[in-house]
Amino acid sequence: MENATPVAKGPFVVKDCDLITQATGIRASNLKEFRDGLSRAPVESVYHHFWGRLMRPQFDEPEYNNDFASWTMRGLNDKVLAERLSMVVPSDFEDLEDLRREILEVLDQRSSDSDLLPWAGGEQKFFFLQSQIVIFDTGLTFDHPLDMASYLPSFSTGSIFFHFIDARGRTEHRRDDFSLWLRGFGEEFRPLARMLTGIDPYFSSLKEIRKLVTQTFQHYFEERP
Amino acid sequence: MELPEEYLRNFVEEYAAVTGRGIIHHLEQLAKPLKGIKVVHVNSSREGGGVSEILQKLVPFQQALGLDARWEVMTGDAPFYQCTKSIHNALQGSSIDISEDLLDDYRRANRENAERLGTLLEEADFVFIHDPQPAALIEHFPLRRGKWVWRCHIDVSHPHKPVWKFLQNWVARYDASIFSLPEFAQPLPHPLYIIPPGIDPLSEKNRDLPAEEVAGIIPLFGLDPNLPVVLQVSRFDRFKDPLGVIEAYRLARKLTPLQLVLAGGSAGDDPEGEAVLAEVRRHVEEDPHIHVLLLPPSAHRTINALQRAADIVLQKSLREGFGLTVAEAMWKGKPVIGGDTGGIRLQVVDHYTGFLVRTPDGAALRIRYLLHRRDRLSEMGERARRFTLENYLLTRHLREYLALMVSLVHGSRGRIEVAG
Repeated sequence: MENATPVAKGPFVVKDCDLITQATGIRASNLKEFRDGLSRAPVESVYHHFWGRLMRPQFDEPEYNNDFASWTMRGLNDKVLAERLSMVVPSDFEDLEDLRREILEVLDQRSSDSDLLPWAGGEQKFFFLQSQIVIFDTGLTFDHPLDMASYLPSFSTGSIFFHFIDARGRTEHRRDDFSLWLRGFGEEFRPLARMLTGIDPYFSSLKEIRKLVTQTFQHYFEERP
Repeated sequence: MELPEEYLRNFVEEYAAVTGRGIIHHLEQLAKPLKGIKVVHVNSSREGGGVSEILQKLVPFQQALGLDARWEVMTGDAPFYQCTKSIHNALQGSSIDISEDLLDDYRRANRENAERLGTLLEEADFVFIHDPQPAALIEHFPLRRGKWVWRCHIDVSHPHKPVWKFLQNWVARYDASIFSLPEFAQPLPHPLYIIPPGIDPLSEKNRDLPAEEVAGIIPLFGLDPNLPVVLQVSRFDRFKDPLGVIEAYRLARKLTPLQLVLAGGSAGDDPEGEAVLAEVRRHVEEDPHIHVLLLPPSAHRTINALQRAADIVLQKSLREGFGLTVAEAMWKGKPVIGGDTGGIRLQVVDHYTGFLVRTPDGAALRIRYLLHRRDRLSEMGERARRFTLENYLLTRHLREYLALMVSLVHGSRGRIEVAG
């Protein structure tokens, strides 16, 4: 029966990454400037403010899950807009330009709701940043998910970012690399792949995501007959 | 100076013991494509001040990872340092006009240092020029073969325009700049990288000390063993607001017994320190509970013991590039009451790792609160240590330098995949 298990397309090659942050020189103090800035910022800026935040120092779980939403709340004190922006899910969009268009629409809709133009205080400006991602090999490969399970707690946060977060922007089905790899084994690990797909990455730090992924693997193998 | 291989191996292992092997492995992988490249850092002071402290360990660490890294220090005379101090203050927002004579001294010192460092800088693959003092060196290297990066450690969010324009003549010629915070980045015709610095957990200033050595600091400086210690460590510099700290202490002391220690050094490139120190001493008057300590640049271990002996650490700066003393105190498990400015905001997460304040009154309120609520003081201190371990150690700073070098080698592409 062992021979009946379809083989994954190849070993899982563990990569690591760093994000290097650059200023774009674009800043905003109110909603109009913010919309204008977003429309002309490099598209990498959208990536940075949605996902790059996970690679930056953060203390508690963030109230909102992207920088745009956080700033409209903290800087402009606009809770309605913060809530709307927080519900924009990047993986729903074909690419970053589509995602940008959606955010611009949300901003336009909010502008039409009210004639008020709230200003951010002097030191609360929004600075549009962008990231370059530097990806490198770790030298680690795994042929079987069981081997990976015991090693997951040692994955760097950069590896978790690359395989669990960044993957959503570069894979065909907007999925993480782990579940895609597991699907390559056919039905055998499909339940595990489904469980991983169910992890919402928007409200956790990379360390927490690593813990969740590890626990998901471990529970799966512990409970498997 | 090239360091022996065994020394460098042990050097890295010591860091692995603090940060974990995974962090070191990450650095080794990232440094692989950079092995053997020639890197030169240039600043204006071998000792004293945050920049030299960073370079003292960043350079050997780069060597340990296989880069051919060196550190060169500019030489200059008194008028040069007077000029660069004025430039420094003007870039941080003071309206200072600098005489043409002094600006000539700046140009001359840069020209002379360019002659001295000639081939070394011309042939380097990467030259990192730290702060404004050596910024004009680039003018003398039209045939430079490597990438030149200007690393700005100070808060230039609101520079005095004429002085920024003067400096911009040179800074604009670099291949890239690094600022500590997005707010500091000035419009320049090249990539503007954002990299906050980090502290060295194994330096004399930050490594663990025996308990008796920490306790010994109290009698050494005539402190009262029965009073809590509130400490600010910084140069005697107006932007560090030492007079505001004294005012905060006086306001807090009306209701809470405490003593204040203002511990400062002087850096070789800071001629203004003496004047500020004299002003501070006049302000202290005869208060026996304020201790003003002028420490030599080498007093790292003393500062370490003072920070560990303190109950609360202040960094009530009015302007701050990053504020390494904040990370130092947090690394020792102390909550920090910091000025709500610059890089202090990155480190002090308000109400979690300390408090951000804007006035002496605010600082006094938070001092009283923490001395009254010892449970909160310990809790915040523990969080502060963890936050620093994860985000503000030298290893993270080095990692970003390596990523930047890889990025500059590969151009401006958004995604760079380095061959294994």
